[in-house]
Amino acid sequence: MYYIFDGSYYGWLCCIFEAFERKEFSVKPITQEHYFPDMFAEVTYIHTDSKKASRVLKGLQERVGKNITLDFYRAFLFENPEVWQACFYLAVHVFKGNKNILSNFGNDAVMKFSDALRKVSRERHRMKAFVRFQQSSDGLYFAVVEPDFNVLPLIISFFKNRYTDQPWIIYDLKRNYGIYWDKISITEVILNADEVKGVVQSSTVVSLDDQEEYYKNLWHQYFKSTNIVARRNMKLHLRHVPKRYWKYLPEKNFGKD
Amino acid sequence: MNRLEEKLKILADAAKYDVSCSSSGSKRKNIGGIGDASSSGICHTYTEDGRCVSLLKILLTNHCIYDCAFCVSRKSNDVQRAAFTVEEVVNLTMNFYRRNYIEGLFLSSGIFKDADYTMERLLKIVKKLRLEERYNGYIHLKTIPGASDEMIREAGLYVDRMSINLEMPTEVGLKLMAPEKDHESVKKPLNFINQEIQSYKQESKLIKHKPTFVPAGQSTQMVIGATPENDFEIMSVADKFYKDYNLKRVYYSGYIPIQNENSLLPQIGTKPPLVRENRLYQTDWLLRFYGFELKEILNADHQDLDLEIDPKLSWALRNPHLFPVDINTADYKMIIRIPGIGRQSALKIIQARKFGRLHEYQIKKMGIAFNRARYFMRCADSPFQLGYTSMENVRAKIVNKSSSKSKQIFSTQLNLFS
Repeated sequence: MYYIFDGSYYGWLCCIFEAFERKEFSVKPITQEHYFPDMFAEVTYIHTDSKKASRVLKGLQERVGKNITLDFYRAFLFENPEVWQACFYLAVHVFKGNKNILSNFGNDAVMKFSDALRKVSRERHRMKAFVRFQQSSDGLYFAVVEPDFNVLPLIISFFKNRYTDQPWIIYDLKRNYGIYWDKISITEVILNADEVKGVVQSSTVVSLDDQEEYYKNLWHQYFKSTNIVARRNMKLHLRHVPKRYWKYLPEKNFGKD
Repeated sequence: MNRLEEKLKILADAAKYDVSCSSSGSKRKNIGGIGDASSSGICHTYTEDGRCVSLLKILLTNHCIYDCAFCVSRKSNDVQRAAFTVEEVVNLTMNFYRRNYIEGLFLSSGIFKDADYTMERLLKIVKKLRLEERYNGYIHLKTIPGASDEMIREAGLYVDRMSINLEMPTEVGLKLMAPEKDHESVKKPLNFINQEIQSYKQESKLIKHKPTFVPAGQSTQMVIGATPENDFEIMSVADKFYKDYNLKRVYYSGYIPIQNENSLLPQIGTKPPLVRENRLYQTDWLLRFYGFELKEILNADHQDLDLEIDPKLSWALRNPHLFPVDINTADYKMIIRIPGIGRQSALKIIQARKFGRLHEYQIKKMGIAFNRARYFMRCADSPFQLGYTSMENVRAKIVNKSSSKSKQIFSTQLNLFS
């Protein structure tokens, strides 16, 4: 049986709520986008209800604690139906009183869950490392990223705590939303097509500060000078800085526009 | 190229032989300014040599009164000289940091005039960053040997990590390359700072808001392959320094030949000993995280590490009587000694086996190097074996199947014909 939800975390939580409500446990939670019509399978459309979702969250927290509850969210951000299903399966077990299952690394669902967590965590860490702010003439620092997974929600507090005294935007171009810090609070922002174009070409909408190119150049210079040619190891270099990230790294693309 | 760019080029180039780029171990919080220290550390990029770039690593100046043969900034070397002003270092750091290029600053310097004079300049930069820019990011500062205790103590209040390099692993080696230097002048400040760290730790248990003192601890570095010390000598020194001064890290830096007239040093064109360096780091990890004693890995009978295979595998091959280990019953300490199994997989094994005896297909999914581990462990479904497998065979099988970097070195001759 398929439960089709709206793709939000709350929507996924509601799948768990409905499963217990209807006593249906062999369920695949999936989004419309990922669903391929299957004439033999039953389909239920799940309505996202924040009250039901909160109850599920609260229930999870009571049973496994805050951190593991957060793990379900982290794994959810992997954006993969198989992982959603593994998480669903594990959450159902937790609610049925079998929370120990989470440490059974011999179990397939647990391995999928821990594998997703590892990959999401790596991507989150990469975003902490690879975000590159450019300063615009009005003092705003902005950065564009295209992470493999939807990790922006996981890096908000890191950037907020670190860059408290400067306004910034980190924009996920792949998922078309960003987070904006105005030195007081965080808000979600969505740019329209023209603005997005402007950000990517980093010229029109956001006019760069004069100093910006100067520091980009210095950083590029530093990157070259700190390299030891006699130790060249491109395989290792590429493993740590995969090519798909180069687009937004000035040390890798400066002067190549 | 403008002047600042030129300075950055010279002074980053001169600083790059200091391999430490760690930005971990400090929990400095952002107190009403900018920046904090991430306790796990963050590598913001990697150079083409595959090394991490976490900190803006520069010398304040490469003018130096010393003439150490191994050092590119030595007095007699014909290189371009430059010096940053205090403002330049502060501006570079802040502008790089605000753009999220770096985790912080690693500041070192050639010795100009004398130790105190140099240390005073370094201290000025650090204080300006902390007090005027209200910067709370990571700072790694070189301790200048011979600087006064007062100066060192003050610096310790503002920085996250301090380090002094041993340079050559033994006193004899050092004397050959740098007659003006000795290990004693490194030990003294290492010891002084360690005492201070320990006493601050004691006090902070009693007082709640005690200022931090070098919260990310101290480190040192040894150059490998410039002088004839063997691996046993090198690791004995490292082991002793870890124990005596509570060092967070010892770095091993394969010597990269620079222009030099000293006939004792490897000349330009000689390849840096990268595999050996890697094996030393592996040994270092075994000592610090895997519960190994140095004498198990290196001793009077085994004075050099095997370059072809890693030190844990090498140890296991010398101790066939301890294997195979039954992963369903052995304790954690023994499981992490199985070649190919790391600490994380060992923890997973310990947790997972509570749910039933573990089989090979389950172990394979836990992220272990099965090709190595298989010869040293027993799972629930491993076929029972009579007697020991010959370790010579095991070694050959593992080496033939692996595609590690060390293998390339040993197989270049074969490649000629393939």
